[in-house]
Amino acid sequence: MDFLNAIVLLANYIFIPALNYGSQLALGAIGVTLIYSVLRFANFAYGDLMAFGTMVVILVTWKLQSVGIHLGPLPTALIALPIGVMAAILISLLLDKTIFEYYRIKKSPPVTLIVVSLGVMFVLNGIVRIIIGTADRKFFDGQKFIMKANEFKEITGLSEGLALKSTQLLSLVVTIICAVLLFWFLGKTKTGKSMRAYSDNEDLALLSGIDPNRIVMITWVIAATLATIAGTLYGLDKSFKPFTYFNNLLPIFAAAIVGGIGNPLGAFFGGFVVAFAEIGITYAYKKFFIYVLPQGLEPTSLMQLLSIDYKFAVSFSILIIVLIFRPNGIFKGKII
Amino acid sequence: MYFSALNLTGGYGGVDIIHSCSFEVNKGEIVSILGPNGAGKSTAMKAMLGMLKKSTGEVQINGNDISKLSTQNRVKLGISFVPQTKNVFTEMTVEENLEMGGFLRDQTYIQTIEEIYELFPILYEKRNQLVGELSGGQRQQVAIGRALMIKPSVLMLDEPTAGVSPIVMDELFEHIIKIKEKNVAILMVEQNARQALNVSDRGYVLVMGENKYSGSGTDLLNDKEVRRSFLGG
Repeated sequence: MDFLNAIVLLANYIFIPALNYGSQLALGAIGVTLIYSVLRFANFAYGDLMAFGTMVVILVTWKLQSVGIHLGPLPTALIALPIGVMAAILISLLLDKTIFEYYRIKKSPPVTLIVVSLGVMFVLNGIVRIIIGTADRKFFDGQKFIMKANEFKEITGLSEGLALKSTQLLSLVVTIICAVLLFWFLGKTKTGKSMRAYSDNEDLALLSGIDPNRIVMITWVIAATLATIAGTLYGLDKSFKPFTYFNNLLPIFAAAIVGGIGNPLGAFFGGFVVAFAEIGITYAYKKFFIYVLPQGLEPTSLMQLLSIDYKFAVSFSILIIVLIFRPNGIFKGKII
Repeated sequence: MYFSALNLTGGYGGVDIIHSCSFEVNKGEIVSILGPNGAGKSTAMKAMLGMLKKSTGEVQINGNDISKLSTQNRVKLGISFVPQTKNVFTEMTVEENLEMGGFLRDQTYIQTIEEIYELFPILYEKRNQLVGELSGGQRQQVAIGRALMIKPSVLMLDEPTAGVSPIVMDELFEHIIKIKEKNVAILMVEQNARQALNVSDRGYVLVMGENKYSGSGTDLLNDKEVRRSFLGG
């Protein structure tokens, strides 16, 4: 019984939250990796693009809620999502046309584009803060739990509860759908293949008659779509605060690099690697050891490797370790 | 002549690398551009494709001037190019490489893939393998196959036999002859001068960016001066 309790404990505090958080990171990391592989720079404005898209979703959600439109047990934000995606696509294309394109035509080195994207990041961040403010916003509605901890205890008779929030399931399901669609697009459609070809060998793609402007546009459309979906899922699950989205850039980059930058499948798994590492390392295992160790050996400390305040140190360490020992990632990617 | 370049002069932005070079090739003909390292052979080819930062001179296909067209638009007119390096999509399968070659084509490209498999049977065997995993000679076949996907009337090859073994080189030349028999105009830059002249109808020898000698393959092979300078006696 104690053993089962220990398993449920880990499932409740590590496995489910990490799957949830990992799926949100995975979507973001795929976006970052696609931009890297096609446009050939690390886009630091990605976190704030997520914030921008999510902001539009929130504003539309509020409007819908005020006129009494709801989606039953599902969050109203799902109706608003397409509008947020559209807004994020529009601003991405606008930023590309007005800013990034100039440096692309000039064939500026990637480091210039990174600094340019830092500038874009500050501007986007500013826009979001001016429009929606810096406060914490909650915009979730609908049914909060699929299974409450108490219900689980009653059903199973265990002393540990297992809760499953609807947003957690939603994150995972939406991420899997997005990933399947994306990999089908990249692997099976002509446009998707031409995107891979362009990322693989730009000059040869041009010689084959592939239109670079079209590839760049499609890349922004996909990246902005993924950013808004990931941002909305994250915001529904936790809350929306512009600064948090900026912070999430670090684990997202870590995920993309762990998976091998430029490799979308790697980025997908990288998201989960980072999420499991972050949550697994900052979790206090005291209760777990109380369950599994014989009486008398229980730990007195929290058995926590790292305080939750330092969770970003985990992403940062992963980033550095991977860059030192396996610079092209767990899956084969490009070397930065 | 089907495809001709007249008085090409140009370079990569600094000093000119080629000076007033002219080349001609007809359909069903193999023409080689030979010369020592740094003679401007690849540069001349890039000038014909419109890939140089600055170049003057005229490029004609079937009598039409295409000097003002971009590289991509020249490709659309049926001029296909196999670069010397990075001439395949390494992270894609053989079949996907061919598909990308036929990017501008409609559904009939599937037919062309079959024809290329007939020409290069090894590619059919390896069709689902990543090109990055193939040997040098096989990659070169993929590269040529990709270029053939637009059903080009002019095929330009930049050192197709660079870095492959002599046996593979002979094999590649045999394939190139087969392509010529399909009424394609083939223009190639080669380091392996003797072997290249053996399969060529005509040749040009470039020295210091200028046309020094030209003539039929056998003439050049028998020319004393050419033999002494470029063929090692």
